[in-house]
Amino acid sequence: MAALEINNVCKDFGSEQVLKDVSLAIDSGEFLILVGPSGCGKSTLMNAIAGLEPVTSGEIRIAGESVTWQTPAERDIAMVFQSYALYPSMTVRQNISFGLEMRKVPKAEREAAVERVADLLQIGHLLERKPSQLSGGQRQRVAMGRALAREPKVYLFDEPLSNLDAKLRVDMRTEIKKLHQRLGTTIVYVTHDQIEAMTLADCIAVMRDGRILQLGSPDEVYNDPVDLFVAGFMGSPSMNFISATLVGGSGAYRLRVETPGEETLELPWPQERETPALGEKVGERVILGLRPEHFTEDDARLGEYAEGVALTPRITVVEPTGADILLQLKLGDGEATARVGPKCRVKAGERLTLRIDMGRAVMFDRETEKRLA
Amino acid sequence: MDNVIRRRTLGARLGRAMLYAVLLLAALFYLLPLAVMLITSVKPLAEITPGTLLSLPREPTLVPWVKAWGEACTGMRCEGIGVYFFNSIAIVVPAVLISTAIGALNGYALTKWRFKGSELLFALMLFGCFIPFQVVLLPMAQTLGWLGLSSSRAGLILVHVIFGIAFTTLFFRNFYVAVPTELVSAAKLDGAGFFRIFWRILLPVSAPIIVVSVIWQFTQIWNDFLFGVAFSAHNTQPVTVALNNLVNTSTGAREYNVDMAAAMIAALPTLIVYVLAGKYFVRGLTAGSVKG
Repeated sequence: MAALEINNVCKDFGSEQVLKDVSLAIDSGEFLILVGPSGCGKSTLMNAIAGLEPVTSGEIRIAGESVTWQTPAERDIAMVFQSYALYPSMTVRQNISFGLEMRKVPKAEREAAVERVADLLQIGHLLERKPSQLSGGQRQRVAMGRALAREPKVYLFDEPLSNLDAKLRVDMRTEIKKLHQRLGTTIVYVTHDQIEAMTLADCIAVMRDGRILQLGSPDEVYNDPVDLFVAGFMGSPSMNFISATLVGGSGAYRLRVETPGEETLELPWPQERETPALGEKVGERVILGLRPEHFTEDDARLGEYAEGVALTPRITVVEPTGADILLQLKLGDGEATARVGPKCRVKAGERLTLRIDMGRAVMFDRETEKRLA
Repeated sequence: MDNVIRRRTLGARLGRAMLYAVLLLAALFYLLPLAVMLITSVKPLAEITPGTLLSLPREPTLVPWVKAWGEACTGMRCEGIGVYFFNSIAIVVPAVLISTAIGALNGYALTKWRFKGSELLFALMLFGCFIPFQVVLLPMAQTLGWLGLSSSRAGLILVHVIFGIAFTTLFFRNFYVAVPTELVSAAKLDGAGFFRIFWRILLPVSAPIIVVSVIWQFTQIWNDFLFGVAFSAHNTQPVTVALNNLVNTSTGAREYNVDMAAAMIAALPTLIVYVLAGKYFVRGLTAGSVKG
């Protein structure tokens, strides 16, 4: 039975449709991430699940029971807010036990729950403090502790890490993942950070304009995006979109990439990635999607690249990140980003022989922006 | 140190000295009426008639204060303004508490439990802040009559509460609008209801605005004369009305010292409230405007 099920949920604010026929389901213990740019409806969907805002139509079920018209208190969910929303006048202990107190849990059990959570999150020494005396990371922990104390059916996390500084964010990310692995809780997590989505999720829902564009595992969403938006949104640096002309025929499709002032490239499209849709597009302009790591300068890695193609573009910018180097190079109408090893000694303005792994390339329709192959 | 780097030339120093001199004079000028009242209230009558306003008392006496409190004639009766002072307290305290409580609940509902038209309702309530007292005198008298509250303390309290709600709602609404709504959402998820959230989450952080509301309402209601004179009977008159009667009672020589002492007594509570809680008042008024 699905722990959380959302069936055809729509939400209107006045004449504006914020959620358009959203459906999804996750199993008990799954970690679902709602990701998308601001205004895509992910927070509205979260509030709908929490019961903080009524939906216009559709149904929400938690553990098989329809909760569409239940109040937030009746739904047995806990939420971690972006601002943490710790009760300012209460101590950490009171913050954590407030939900239990409201549910008339006996004092002894409340104390036990506080101790358990404090142990789990290592906040035992903070229990008598007020939220104003805590650092950002500590507040974050207390906010999670408040949610964990109640042991609800579903946990909701609303951009919980976005107020932390970069280093702490990475640490807390790991910690949330550990917690999830340890406790096996069902979590719905909203973020606009695609790295958080990739690292934490069992299942990612990429949203835009009130719709779920793609629902799948991180691997599916990253390597098999359904359209140009998902492909561009996931991954950092983002996927290169190169304008190309589809030529050839079945079994021997090629993508012709014309770069002004450079030799025209013809990239062979791998046979096993052909789709019937390609037949109608021969001779037309399409968009080739290549991730920065689909380029390599290293001959040793060529073996992995079953469909390697060599090119020697002019490098315009070299950006070392420490772990690797990002190169801007001229390809097609614009520039593309390639990720190469940290030992590459190329300088801006020079040429470098790179290979492209066509076996992982994706192709999109120019007009509909949908995936072709 | 005031943490400002400024020029240290002679001209600049002179300019500063001038500035302080002007400010000091202005401050003294504004304090003058209070000083005159205080000085006059402790002079025997014999010193007042020939002397100048500002001359210090040669034989200070508290007799005028005692007389103002317990013996002076207000109209037909001669029992001082002490009785009326307690009348005022009996009116002001409940009126302040009730109007503040209602304002707090209104502000909470208008910001954290928004409903269709809540903004419009708030805008309409704001009109209450601009309605002149005189406009409502007759309809209010009529209403109090219907309610059987004419000339009673309860009637006066009701009038002040109704008039105060517009202001207290404005205060609390603007304060609560700056309190993150996520707090309320979190409490809802934790299982708390409307009043529980108000009592446990919002009210404990409302101290600054409660101080503002209490000071404002206390001053307004204590100093009110028009409602007091219109809707009270002899035995329910507030101190402001009694003061007026005392000063206007013309039997024998004018006792300026008693008049002044009575005026001081009538003004003292608001003064004390300001001195004790004034800094919280300013703090509460600006709370929320700057983060942190």
